[in-house]
Amino acid sequence: MTTVTIEASELTRTYGNNTVVRDVSFSLNKGEVLGFLGPNGAGKSTTMKMLTGNLAPTAGSVNICGIDIIENPKAAKALIGYLPEQPPLYKELTVDEMLALAGRLHGVTRKHLKKAVDIAKQRTGLTEMSGRLIDNLSKGYQQRVGIAQAIIHNPMVVILDEPTVGLDPSQIRDIRALIKELGGEHSVILSTHILPEVEMVCDHVQIIHKGQLVFNGGIDVLKQQRQGNKLLLGLSNAPSLDEIEKISGVVSVTAVQDGLLRVQYAVGENPAERIVETAVKKKWGLHQITPDQTSLEEVFVQLTYQEATQ
Amino acid sequence: MIFAVAGKELRSMFSSPMGWVILALLQLVFAHFGFFEGVDKYYKIMSGMVRPEERLGATEFIGNNVFSMASFVMLFAVPLLSMRLISEERKNQTLTFLFSAPLSLTEIVLGKFIGLVTFLTISIVLTGAMVSSLNLWVTVDFGYIAANMLGLWLLVASFSALGIFVSGSTQQPIVAAIITFVVLFGLLTMDFYLAGDPTSVFNKISLMRHFEPFSHGIIDTRDLAYFFLFVLTFLTLTVRRLDADRLRG
Repeated sequence: MTTVTIEASELTRTYGNNTVVRDVSFSLNKGEVLGFLGPNGAGKSTTMKMLTGNLAPTAGSVNICGIDIIENPKAAKALIGYLPEQPPLYKELTVDEMLALAGRLHGVTRKHLKKAVDIAKQRTGLTEMSGRLIDNLSKGYQQRVGIAQAIIHNPMVVILDEPTVGLDPSQIRDIRALIKELGGEHSVILSTHILPEVEMVCDHVQIIHKGQLVFNGGIDVLKQQRQGNKLLLGLSNAPSLDEIEKISGVVSVTAVQDGLLRVQYAVGENPAERIVETAVKKKWGLHQITPDQTSLEEVFVQLTYQEATQ
Repeated sequence: MIFAVAGKELRSMFSSPMGWVILALLQLVFAHFGFFEGVDKYYKIMSGMVRPEERLGATEFIGNNVFSMASFVMLFAVPLLSMRLISEERKNQTLTFLFSAPLSLTEIVLGKFIGLVTFLTISIVLTGAMVSSLNLWVTVDFGYIAANMLGLWLLVASFSALGIFVSGSTQQPIVAAIITFVVLFGLLTMDFYLAGDPTSVFNKISLMRHFEPFSHGIIDTRDLAYFFLFVLTFLTLTVRRLDADRLRG
């Protein structure tokens, strides 16, 4: 049995002369959570629309569990659960009616329908909202109904486009936990521009910029990029920068905001101990020394910026 | 699958006051202006003012009054009901829900069409029942009523197919309603304006020209074929239009 659930090859989409997505290829295995990152207008939603058969690609193909979505859309779509950017909900229906409709359209038999609706409600914390009109629910709950309709038929692939937008912090935590849980048995593709979210729930990350993939790899690869050879130093009685640079291992020192100094050191020669010793000896008034991590944002900006300058 | 979509449309219509109000108003108009006035006039006209051999039966006189009124009123009612079928879904971005489900475009369009026609059928059946109630006092020609109901049903189905197509071509329900109304009005009255030239082909595509035989109790296969093709054409065009969404984005 193949474990590849979704395979996109050389997906391209053009609107007139404007190429929105160019040659995007990737594949995803069962049980993996893929984070899809990119600045606004990078082509995230367009890619997702092509993956779910809502938009025909100009070139390239999408296979869901080996079924081509263009040649055999019905069979392929039955394996996908999709939450678009704007949750597609009929506001005049109640939560139960909406989920029952979603279940029936996705081929859940009448016999199992009630159970499927109950499970979906339970997983998204909607049980108490069963009889409420969707129109009267808050944005957060509507978002949950959107997720519930995407998972009701227990699909192989769940595709969520910015699922945590408009939720309050505790709801965001619930949804992230749910996504992690879904990752156990389904494949999940998650698009977002909230970077910590990716770090928390995803195994794989793809960064798309101007329609092209600029990064495709495991989350740990991305995390490694964050570890720079830098220390952040706080001295209340700072000497001239040259004096710190004399400490062995230190490559350069620059002043940053709030009176802190950023010390760049050679690879594998962490001078932290020596700096502390020197600082105590010379009474520099050391009050802070921390490893300086590049934030995920910076890595992200670097990746997308490099591409832009090429 | 088709019926799941149709069921959803019906539920939506009955979950707002709109559906109930339209059904009630249709019945009120048909009953008051069609039925009661028909009965009134029948007594006035038929009691001696007409020579016996020119007299019409009660069914034909009153039935004709009700059903010609109905065809005219439906011209307003159908665009109001069909306007939101696709345009509103496009505006609220719920079309994605249907496109992502394992449904073909044909199933989506047919589902919506069947949902709307089922709703209108309720009104037609009630109207038929109203005219049939004459049977309490006179002998009613049920064949005549059945032919009229079939004619009205086919006319309304054609209106609906056109309405769905227009609704699929715009984002604004109101725009869809206005365009549907204007086009239907044009198609209905075309043969009236072109009456001077009976050989014109436009006469052949006039909706009214094909509805009329039914109101005399005549069921002609040519008319059946015309309505069938009319519905088929516009539903096919709707499918093509929705497919363009997928292709062009």
